[in-house]
Amino acid sequence: MSTVKLTVNGKAVAVDVEDRTLLVQLLRDHLNLTGTHVGCDTSQCGACVVHMDGRAVKSCTMLAGQADGASITTIEGIAKGDELHPMQAAFRDNHGLQCGYCTPGMIMSAIDIVQRHGGQLDEATVRQELEGNICRCTGYHNIVKAVLDAAGRMKVAQAAE
Amino acid sequence: MYQTTYHRASSVDEAVSLFGKSSEAKFLAGGQTLLPVMKQRLAAPSDVIDLARIKDLIGVEASGDTLTIKAATPHYDVATSDTAKKAIPALAYLASLIGDPAVRYRGTIGGSIANNDPAADYPAALLALGATVKTNKRSIPADDFFKGLFTTALEDGEIITAVSFPVPAKAGYEKMRHPASRFALTGVFVAQTKSGEVRVAATGASQNGVMRVPAIEAALKANWSPSAIDSVSIPASGLLADIHGTAEYRANLVKVMAQRAVAAAG
Repeated sequence: MSTVKLTVNGKAVAVDVEDRTLLVQLLRDHLNLTGTHVGCDTSQCGACVVHMDGRAVKSCTMLAGQADGASITTIEGIAKGDELHPMQAAFRDNHGLQCGYCTPGMIMSAIDIVQRHGGQLDEATVRQELEGNICRCTGYHNIVKAVLDAAGRMKVAQAAE
Repeated sequence: MYQTTYHRASSVDEAVSLFGKSSEAKFLAGGQTLLPVMKQRLAAPSDVIDLARIKDLIGVEASGDTLTIKAATPHYDVATSDTAKKAIPALAYLASLIGDPAVRYRGTIGGSIANNDPAADYPAALLALGATVKTNKRSIPADDFFKGLFTTALEDGEIITAVSFPVPAKAGYEKMRHPASRFALTGVFVAQTKSGEVRVAATGASQNGVMRVPAIEAALKANWSPSAIDSVSIPASGLLADIHGTAEYRANLVKVMAQRAVAAAG
């Protein structure tokens, strides 16, 4: 057992876990943050994507100990109170959720994509960059539309700040 | 996953000392291969020693005609490094093709070559560019480093600290990506050194892991152009065959990927 200390959605936490605990297990089973999903559990589907120190990572393929000292943001940590994150709002407006299972990972990856590419995003880039996130409804069309929509909104939001 | 004990090393010396005190330790960098293998219970190290936060092991540097990538540098940082893109653009491009974005944030060059997966990308670059693997004990030329499937010249407890690449006159990499795993169904790295030597390495093709391709090297030495490879025939014997492609298919891919790589190299 080890004590893992990290910041999750802005809050400092210390959790006693077995060393073999995965980051996604720490989030879901110990902190009850069940918005982060486990899909394939083999680092292919991306349902478990969270941000660690600003980078989108697959939390099923990291030991909790590797995140010690890091700052983690999950799907629960991106809205401002009742105000959805622009990416969440765009997914809702463009019917990008569908069954909803892959959505948390899609949104966390998509925010990372927009942050990396800024205003340079086009449809082909979004489709290529989302290759680590699998939707089994196979309805990528609305997801891509949502990401492009959100990229515009996030740019506007950034300019306003 | 079986029980294990996690350690985070703050220096290479500390990592070596932790390794010496453990019964069956494994070094962990990005964990993008080791952790899935541990989850499947195909590996059960008593201890994992995390190298990823050792500052001396992270960074991309160019000096004279050498590009050095330190071992725990993630693929994303290589793919986006201005230094790497300027010195060896084909190498930065190769890094951008590994896995997916989330995997590239975590996976490292040291982990990739220490694992020596027969379909990994970096081994082809090391072999074609004539790189040198630096460890905490010695320097190992790429020609002597890769020893077959998942096997390298590394000794127990030896830690890769960096890989040094001589900057080539020309280089290119192209791969046929497996659409699900994103590993190379076959990938070929071609390089022309500044002294005029031509080196070509293929990954994902041979049953023995990454390999040089002398027939293509000879053809390109005579005439550096995609069409020079037209008449080369790659034997299918000894090549990988699985549900994704026959040995004959891979033999043809070696040729086609080499042609595309030469075209990309210019």
